[in-house]
Amino acid sequence: MSLTETIQDKYNELNAAAGNGLLGSIRAKAFELYNKSGIPTSRNEEWKYTRLTGLTNKNFAVHTTAVVPTKEMLNNVRLQSEFAAELFFVNGVFVKEISTFTNDALVVLSLHEAADSEYKTYVQQHLNQSSKYMKDGMNALNAAFTANGLFVLVKKNKVVEHPIFIYHITGTENDNVFVQPRSLLVVEENAQVQLVELYKNNGLHESFTNEVIEIAVQENARLEYYKVQDENENCHHVGTTHVQQVGKCFTHCVTITLNGGTIRNNINMILEAPNNEGHLYGLYMVNGKTHVDNHSIVDNLKPNCFSNEFYKGIMDGNSTGVFNGKIFVRQDAQKTNAYQSNKNVLISDNASVNTKPQLEIFADDVKCSHGCTVGQLDEDALFYLRARGIGEKKAKALLLHAFAADILEQVKIDVLKNYLEKKIDERLDIEVL
Amino acid sequence: MLTINNLHAQIEDKKILNGIDLQINAGEVHAIMGPNGSGKSTLASVLAGRSDYEVTDGTVEFDGVDLLEMSPEERAREGLFLAFQYPIEIPGVSTTNFIKTAVNEARKHRGQDALDAVSFLKLMKERMKLVKIDQSLLSRSLNEGFSGGEKKRNEIFQMAMLEPKLAILDETDSGLDIDALRIVADGVNALRSKDNATLVITHYQRLLDYIVPDFVHVLYKGRIVKSGGKELALELEEKGYDFIKQTIAEGV
Ligand SMILES: Nc1ncnc2c1ncn2[C@@H]1O[C@H](COP(=O)(O)OP(=O)(O)O)[C@@H](O)[C@H]1O
Ligand SMILES: [Mg+2]
Repeated sequence: MSLTETIQDKYNELNAAAGNGLLGSIRAKAFELYNKSGIPTSRNEEWKYTRLTGLTNKNFAVHTTAVVPTKEMLNNVRLQSEFAAELFFVNGVFVKEISTFTNDALVVLSLHEAADSEYKTYVQQHLNQSSKYMKDGMNALNAAFTANGLFVLVKKNKVVEHPIFIYHITGTENDNVFVQPRSLLVVEENAQVQLVELYKNNGLHESFTNEVIEIAVQENARLEYYKVQDENENCHHVGTTHVQQVGKCFTHCVTITLNGGTIRNNINMILEAPNNEGHLYGLYMVNGKTHVDNHSIVDNLKPNCFSNEFYKGIMDGNSTGVFNGKIFVRQDAQKTNAYQSNKNVLISDNASVNTKPQLEIFADDVKCSHGCTVGQLDEDALFYLRARGIGEKKAKALLLHAFAADILEQVKIDVLKNYLEKKIDERLDIEVL
Repeated sequence: MLTINNLHAQIEDKKILNGIDLQINAGEVHAIMGPNGSGKSTLASVLAGRSDYEVTDGTVEFDGVDLLEMSPEERAREGLFLAFQYPIEIPGVSTTNFIKTAVNEARKHRGQDALDAVSFLKLMKERMKLVKIDQSLLSRSLNEGFSGGEKKRNEIFQMAMLEPKLAILDETDSGLDIDALRIVADGVNALRSKDNATLVITHYQRLLDYIVPDFVHVLYKGRIVKSGGKELALELEEKGYDFIKQTIAEGV
């Protein structure tokens, strides 16, 4: 049975079990939309270079309840670190029982709990905001299965001292698995938080993740968000991170992709209040047949916002990359400053990148810049290093390490930065200097 | 130490070196002078192993082995050093780590153990004094944002760290004020020994007051058209390159 067929069966099963209410009506509307639009094909301009039909025609199991993993499995994915909370998704379902969150700055609930609690208004206000921007079937499909997701509230005036880690574990020991994690994070006034999302696959079969995480950041709050992908070639991923900057606030988002199968990352930064500031960084360093597609939207709705976007790619083997960066400056958004840059190095003749900035500006007093490059390593720099006795392989590794360093510097959590640095150096086959 | 025989080189069908003969022995300092565009940097690049230039004829022996067969890194490890006319800025690569890697690659090649952190620092401190280079410069990214003079001094510092058999200095003097020039020259002189040799490429005679050459060669249109002692540099300074051009024209 193809994934598209399985989805029909599973939707009815889930919906019957999960009942009605707030989430029920979101699910119903979304499922209708999904059925209308279907899985996006390459005829859709937004999906021109990223093909999903090969995946959706395959057989994938869809689990709507969680299998609790062993301690050993958990330890396998955890970064040894001090944390404010460690939250586990297993096969796309948030598993509260194995998560830890004893921090009085935080409220952690499953989404269906939250929808029925005193925090209902947060869910009403902020859940599914991404659907305004993501009109394709993948976003709708995730919404159609919204039930056992995660709700996190960072309370007003609280500074969460250590990062929150979200681990996504997919068990593909027995079969191909399709998972749909869903999260909502609300960062209240004057609060500060760091959030990390990590993905881990256990097993040799294929996994296909269709994730949506929505984050609402309120007045004077500060968000750091990190998404790190380092699964194997059998792990496919479509994910949307939707950051809604409700009040004047600061956000800093970093997406790092080191390995995987077919990967599509959407990130939306919606600057809804004047004087908002947002930073988007990305590094993709892939080889083999990995396909990585980063699509971003920065939407300036109000005056005096600042955004800076900087993505870098190192492409080896037969890998393919896509960068598509949209910047909207709406009529009201005078004095917008929006910067965007995408730089790629191809280290194999068979690797390729399609990079495309897209600016739509409806205000007149704005400063926007964008630029993209696709090239090889700088021959002059390479020669300089070799002329000092450094072998070609090591010289290349040093230059690539330096290329990646710009983005790694944006990782402000030491344990995560060290982990990434080690992974990258292993990949480059150089000793850590 | 270095024997160049009838060396011809070109880039994309453009002939730049048209038969160079040059013999440099251990303990000697040679100077190559010549007008802009005569092929001085090309000669230096070919010797260092830059593959953009195609050697179409001739041979180069370095300590009895065929230099042209070696990769740039092998040449460096064998003791050939080029101080670049235009040192490259490499953001994200720390100067200190770069030099440490380079020193240890050469040591490995000679069958020596890598220097530990303490010995490396000690050597660095000592050589820093020699070229009066500041620690703060070395903790920055390689040449990034360095002034012209700082870049040149960093080249000589690298040379001091690597202790090459043959150092080729490509217009190390250009862009240096007189104090910096003196420091660079003092450094080069301090490293001179009977076992190593230096090839100084320069456009002006000035540097040769401080690094006194045993031989001076004039390069013109890719050939050495005149060789002599250090007085040849003074003659060139006095009469200018036009005098060489004239001599050549008359000879034809
Ligand atoms: N990479 C190159 N591509 C094309 N022409 C070059 C290149 N390098 C040098 N040349 C040419 O070769 C000639 C000699 O250059 P160069 O060796 O730099 O001279 P010098 O160092 O004596 O000033 C010049 O005419 C220069 O334009
Ligand atoms: Mg030159």
